[in-house]
Amino acid sequence: MSLLEARGLVRHFGGLRAIDGVDFDLAPGEIHALIGPNGAGKSTLVGLLSGRIPAQEGTIRFDGRDITRLPAHARVRCGIAYAFQITSVFPRLTTFDNVALAVQRAGARNLAAATGAALARVGLEAEADRMAGALSYGHQRLLEIAMGLALEPRLLILDEPTQGLAAGEIEGFKTLVRGLVPRVTVLLIEHNMEVVMDLAERITVLNNGRVLAQGTPAGIRADRAVQAAYLGG
Amino acid sequence: MRMIALHLAVLAVLAALQFVLPAYHHTNAARIMVLATYAIGFNIAFGYSGLLSLGHALFFAGGMYATGLLVDQGGWQPWLALVAGPLAGGALAAAVGLLALRTAGPAFMIVTLMFAQAFHLAILYWGRFTGGDEGFTLSGAARRIGAFDLADPATRYTAAFLLFGAAMLGCLALARSRTGRVLVAVRENEERTRMLGYDTFRAKLFALALSGLISGAAGATYGLMFGYVGGSFASIQYSILPLIWVLLGGAGTVLGPLLGTALMFYLIDWASSVTTASQFVVGAVLILLVLFAPRGLLGLVRDHAMRRLP
Repeated sequence: MSLLEARGLVRHFGGLRAIDGVDFDLAPGEIHALIGPNGAGKSTLVGLLSGRIPAQEGTIRFDGRDITRLPAHARVRCGIAYAFQITSVFPRLTTFDNVALAVQRAGARNLAAATGAALARVGLEAEADRMAGALSYGHQRLLEIAMGLALEPRLLILDEPTQGLAAGEIEGFKTLVRGLVPRVTVLLIEHNMEVVMDLAERITVLNNGRVLAQGTPAGIRADRAVQAAYLGG
Repeated sequence: MRMIALHLAVLAVLAALQFVLPAYHHTNAARIMVLATYAIGFNIAFGYSGLLSLGHALFFAGGMYATGLLVDQGGWQPWLALVAGPLAGGALAAAVGLLALRTAGPAFMIVTLMFAQAFHLAILYWGRFTGGDEGFTLSGAARRIGAFDLADPATRYTAAFLLFGAAMLGCLALARSRTGRVLVAVRENEERTRMLGYDTFRAKLFALALSGLISGAAGATYGLMFGYVGGSFASIQYSILPLIWVLLGGAGTVLGPLLGTALMFYLIDWASSVTTASQFVVGAVLILLVLFAPRGLLGLVRDHAMRRLP
């Protein structure tokens, strides 16, 4: 059974058909990558899934429950966490407070201990008292992921997580994501093909607001339509 | 721990002051503590939650009129009417919030201002009950709560101190609580807070209602303490004053409202004793504030010396 099941999703912005009839499934415990050229509708699709953008048509079911009309904050409580594309931590709050916000939402009793553990998961425990805005870019991205994880989600949506990371940091990120499954299902929007091919078990390719292809990394690499539209083959 | 000790020390100083202050400053201090309570209420919405309302006079005067009218015309016991004041302030804020919180930024300022102006005009319009512009005074009996007579300076000081102490400790507890952290998060980045699973509308409504409750408590106490309820307390001036006090003392700090209220009170007091252009002096101080300490005096202290000041 699917963890997430979207059927016939539509979202137009004026004349722009950002998402134009998309069916999309996530299996529990998989790492699924969403790729496609710029403007293909990737961010709109995860916006619809996370509830930041309301769908005009179609249904979304999560763990068997219809969540199409649920507001974003209620979907977080169902277990869908979203880590932002542009680093969107609270720069004027400490690293501790940033993560504590997510930890207390998940209902931890001992806030200090649980927050410390959540920071240690991404290796930021030494930075707890620093202002989040003073962290390096790579550390802010890790903080963003720590906040997503601290919500104890069943589905973690990562929007361009490796953008702006150094090569060494990308390796650390891949190890981190691999350690999450199968407890957490991961949906990844990613431009870095190396990361996608290395991490993802299944890939969905979007183009012009529709699903162009879906399959394993090897299958996607061999797909002629994908090559034409995207990989520049 | 050190921070809690600091706040308790401030309360201890305030409690001790009543035994040493000369009569003039004694009355001033009582007045300042009640107005600072109003500023604490305003600060919970503005300083902690980022809700800049220009209509808080509605909640301050709402509490004052609820208590004043219930005692004066409703024949209620003063203590019971004093409980009704904060409830009126909180209920008004919740009702205004349900509508005004659909907006944000400048629109929120305008909508809250509009509600407060409507209330001010209503007070003037129904002058038969409210006394209109002149307001009404409260008789001696209306100001007695049990054995305590609020017309007596020592009792008045104690009442103001208890009100301020409760509001300040409540604000301190809120600032250090999980709820306080969520309110600050809403102020800093509402969209991100929503994506952490928080219903930010509910958080803002809570902040505004609590802010209105404290403002209403201050208004109700002020009316009983000084025996006067008047339309000027519902005017726009009383919406702007707490903003200035909080900006001067430090928005989003527990002690900022007291510091700002006291400084501004004595600045006006001093300036009007040396010149008729006292407003000019106040304006100059506010310009200096914006230039050199845009986060207020305690904001300056927090930025440079005490990072953990709540």
